[in-house]
Amino acid sequence: MKILVPVKRVIDANVKVRVKPDQSGVDLSNVKMSMNPFCEIAVEEAVRLKEKGAAAEIVVVSIGPAQAQETIRTALAMGADRGVLIQTDDDVEPLEVAKLLQAVIGQEAPELVLMGKQAIDGDNNAVGQMLAALLDWPQATFASKVEIEAGKAKVTREVDGGLQTLEVDLPAVVTADLRLNEPRYASLPNIMKAKKKPIDVKSTGDYGVDVKGHLKVLKVSEPPKRSAGVKVETAADLVGKLKEAGVL
Amino acid sequence: MAVLVIADHDNASLKDSTEKTVTAAKALSADVDVLVAGQGVDAVAAEAAKIAGVRKVLVAESDALGKQIAEAVTAAALPLAAGYDAILIPATAGGKNVAPRIAAKLDVALISDIVEVVSADTFVRPIYAGNALETVQSSDAKKVVTVRATAFKAAGQGGSATIEKVDAGAGAAKTRFVSDEIVKSDRPELAAAKIVVSGGRALGSADEFQKVIEPLADKLGAAVGASRAAVDAGYAPNDYQVGQTGKVVAPQLYVAVGISGAIQHLAGMKDSKVIVAINKDADAPIFQVADYGLVQDYKTAVPELMDALAAAGK
Ligand SMILES: Cc1cc2nc3c(=O)[nH]c(=O)nc-3n(C[C@H](O)[C@H](O)[C@H](O)COP(=O)(O)OP(=O)(O)OC[C@H]3O[C@@H](n4cnc5c(N)ncnc54)[C@H](O)[C@@H]3O)c2cc1C
Ligand SMILES: Nc1ncnc2c1ncn2[C@@H]1O[C@H](COP(=O)(O)O)[C@@H](O)[C@H]1O
Repeated sequence: MKILVPVKRVIDANVKVRVKPDQSGVDLSNVKMSMNPFCEIAVEEAVRLKEKGAAAEIVVVSIGPAQAQETIRTALAMGADRGVLIQTDDDVEPLEVAKLLQAVIGQEAPELVLMGKQAIDGDNNAVGQMLAALLDWPQATFASKVEIEAGKAKVTREVDGGLQTLEVDLPAVVTADLRLNEPRYASLPNIMKAKKKPIDVKSTGDYGVDVKGHLKVLKVSEPPKRSAGVKVETAADLVGKLKEAGVL
Repeated sequence: MAVLVIADHDNASLKDSTEKTVTAAKALSADVDVLVAGQGVDAVAAEAAKIAGVRKVLVAESDALGKQIAEAVTAAALPLAAGYDAILIPATAGGKNVAPRIAAKLDVALISDIVEVVSADTFVRPIYAGNALETVQSSDAKKVVTVRATAFKAAGQGGSATIEKVDAGAGAAKTRFVSDEIVKSDRPELAAAKIVVSGGRALGSADEFQKVIEPLADKLGAAVGASRAAVDAGYAPNDYQVGQTGKVVAPQLYVAVGISGAIQHLAGMKDSKVIVAINKDADAPIFQVADYGLVQDYKTAVPELMDALAAAGK
């Protein structure tokens, strides 16, 4: 089985983002960038499936700037086999990302697409479901457990009231939630090995997908600030304050 | 211009997020219909018909819809799409599962998790865990939008919409429901509760979480929430998680016990009216957003709080 894992390069989860004064976006200069945490979980799951013998090859795909090669290398160091970078400096919207991935899938014919449920920059939570729709494949989103058995995947999902388990026919799209696994750190020898693994660099034009998009960002602004309130000394003081505030 | 709202429900009752999504829909159009897709949903449809300002309730029923299988909900919604300029869906786990699938089938963008309707084509949505707000304008003729319910008031009652059956669609041939584990609770629903008490990693065990957080929640008539660290460690079930990737809550009162206040947690609760933090570390970031901070070990603070509440007649 071949697994395709789309990975996105995003601002690191620990960075406090700042809105640019001209409201044109957030400041990405000199900030640490990393693989989207949910994509890391998807890569880890793919590698575990390969280690268990359930998968033969893992291909990672990223759509982004030249530096997204580093993100792909990280995935290769974790255990993926090769990469495809669709290089662009444009901000590609989820629907266009899904269309590009659909085109890659047309060439690669994977039986499983494992990806993050959400990219922590745009917080869209959209590409996996959109890709499944375009391909007319079943989807199992927000996965906290994945088992592969004879042409099927059994996936436990995090839903509103708890957990739901679905069985989907392969090929399918599965999106990873936080509790699916804990991604490994790549070892030094594996980082060295990853340098020799192939990355194919493509352009959006190679796939004939128009990436102009449907949404125009008019402005990016600072959310209303909450200021620190007061410290109270005792629980009794706290109850007094809460009564004053009318919330008890 | 007409708007279709896809209802959030559990086949037995309508969730409060539906009424709030109707409010967002009314900002776009006076003609708001609600689709209830499920199984055995007569009571849900009747509730939806009572929401103020709803024109029509459409009911689609099948086994797959009863389990909210995304492929099935999409198949039920798509034939209706032609009659609407926008489809609005609450941004719950269920809504987030289906909305992008519907959008892609219609070849339009998804506008996710909106907190404000600026005009018929312009919306405000949080990005970067709520550290920035993006105002986006859509050029699509038809809009598919998920709505952050906590940002809108409930539409209220008093409506008397007609209820109509519609075709359930083709279902989901390649997806089968296996089982579910739904956490049963007599407490108010987390996303809609007026008071939320959340516990963090500090609690140290599932046992302690139950002994400390749950009685405090009971005393306050509150829902129980948790940080990711508490959920990951198994102190609380996954659907308690509040934050960027869990539930977004905005109660009148949010009490954070032994939670540090990471940006991903704040993303899910910083719009609460009053925030209380109990944390033994005076420098914990949660105090930067808390209206009232109690710098104490929760082991002394929570029992004292229980006593003080009892003394105040709670
Ligand atoms: C992609 C991504 C998504 C995430 N999504 C979420 C999310 O949705 N929700 C979420 O919550 N987190 C999320 N996180 C995790 C988040 O970054 C934090 O790791 C998490 O919120 C920490 O949980 P905590 O505050 O319970 O634990 P900690 O940060 O360990 O804090 C424990 C706190 O308890 C205090 N404490 C310890 N003992 C006591 C005591 N006896 N009495 C009183 N106080 C005590 C400590 O001073 C400390 O401040 C996400 C992270 C990533 C990378
Ligand atoms: N530019 C991109 N390149 C590769 N994969 C992406 C890209 N954008 C999104 N994805 C994938 O889609 C998932 C969900 O992202 P989103 O829908 O944007 O929140 C991510 O975790 C990735 O797996």
